[in-house]
Amino acid sequence: MRTILQGSLLPPPPIKLSHSSLLFSPSHSHYSNLKFTTKSSPSPPTITMASIKVHGVPMSTATMRVLAALYEKDLDFELIPVDMRAGAHKQEPFVSLNPFGQIPALQDGDLTLFESRAITEYIADEYSEKGEKLMCPGCNKVKAITKVWLNVEGQQFDPIASKIAFERIFKGMFGMTTDPAAVQELEGKLVRVLDIYEARLSKSEFLACDCFTLADLHHLPVIHYLMGTDSKTLFESRPKVAEWVKKITARPAWAKVVDLQKQ
Amino acid sequence: MASIKVFGHATTTSTRRVLLTLQEKNLDYELVNVELKDGEHKKEPFLSRNPFGQVPAFEDGDLKLFESRAITQYIAHRYKDQGTNLLPADSKNIARYAIMSIGMEVEAHQFDPAASKLAWEQLFKHIYGLTTDKAVVAEEEAKLAKVLDVYEARLKEFKYLAGETFTLTDLHHIPVIQYLLGTPTKKLFTERPRVNEWVAEITKRPASQKILQ
Repeated sequence: MRTILQGSLLPPPPIKLSHSSLLFSPSHSHYSNLKFTTKSSPSPPTITMASIKVHGVPMSTATMRVLAALYEKDLDFELIPVDMRAGAHKQEPFVSLNPFGQIPALQDGDLTLFESRAITEYIADEYSEKGEKLMCPGCNKVKAITKVWLNVEGQQFDPIASKIAFERIFKGMFGMTTDPAAVQELEGKLVRVLDIYEARLSKSEFLACDCFTLADLHHLPVIHYLMGTDSKTLFESRPKVAEWVKKITARPAWAKVVDLQKQ
Repeated sequence: MASIKVFGHATTTSTRRVLLTLQEKNLDYELVNVELKDGEHKKEPFLSRNPFGQVPAFEDGDLKLFESRAITQYIAHRYKDQGTNLLPADSKNIARYAIMSIGMEVEAHQFDPAASKLAWEQLFKHIYGLTTDKAVVAEEEAKLAKVLDVYEARLKEFKYLAGETFTLTDLHHIPVIQYLLGTPTKKLFTERPRVNEWVAEITKRPASQKILQ
């Protein structure tokens, strides 16, 4: 597997003007290397090379979430692998990028971010003019509905679905055995969520609105894994959900993410 | 007649998250009580407001929302120029907003799961005549301690979690922290100096005091 991956083979990334109201200074902060000053007048713009780096691995659902957003936006990036087996994510230098010791982390010039759903939101905002929109077009009210479904994925779907993926797939990779009782209990909870999705998708083409947004995208990594297990029947037996899964997993940007796993 | 309505229960942390935001912004609203002990949240008409059967649900004119953190973000944006600004000082700055978003994700995925379990075990269980599971408390306190260590380091560099000003990131923590301060878990906050100061700051705010009444 290639250890450093270019998002695409293009000439060097274009020079990007960084935000003029920020001063970038070296920092030992665990959290970010932005220092906010109390200067009232904006400092002159600094020129930085646009370079997006993702620290993570293609197998990780959270990393995949970020990669999907980058591909949807047609952005160049470098994927820097983190040696999970060696516990690199729990040590320096990684914990300076994410003090919670979890992949992925993203660097965009001098900005360091973590938490995949904060990263995707940043990508959608910062590069709103590039590639797919990933947010519902419209005013505050429409944005609010998108936030509802972003929270639904994070608070209602993912806690259950990722545990099922862990039981069915990841446990095996770590030499542990699936707990069928746990799977059954979790699936019992997931079907209640999917029934709500079925009702929602009968009224809306995608979860937040009639366009594909981050609210749909955030589901892709875990759904991808579950569709390779017996849990897929939960999705396939609900017509609107099945149609939605088919649509979102068929997106070319998603195919590129899946492709990275094969390398 | 207030155009803003909150459908919830004033004792739940999620409802309080929304009420806090409305208080900070001095917005008029009506709190419509949802009687949890009667299972009202799991039946119609509440389910039409939130199909997941959880409080709170929210209405502003003809806009209907659920998920407390989606509601607070809507309020913070829609009423940005009213009351306390709960967004970063320069909210158009995308990088700065992203830093606040990280904090909101951390609260939702790292802090709240452990903190809510601790509040449940040590406080709410008693209401239902159940007993505290000490093993769970120990396990969840260990997780919370790790999160608070990160907060301690963060708060050594910045006054609040997202920077120099109070934002939604801090606000989202307040309801469950208020409950935990009434339990032995309080020590996890008091034994970390900067966290302790931050907790004192955010809980003494007038809005924070108001929602306890």
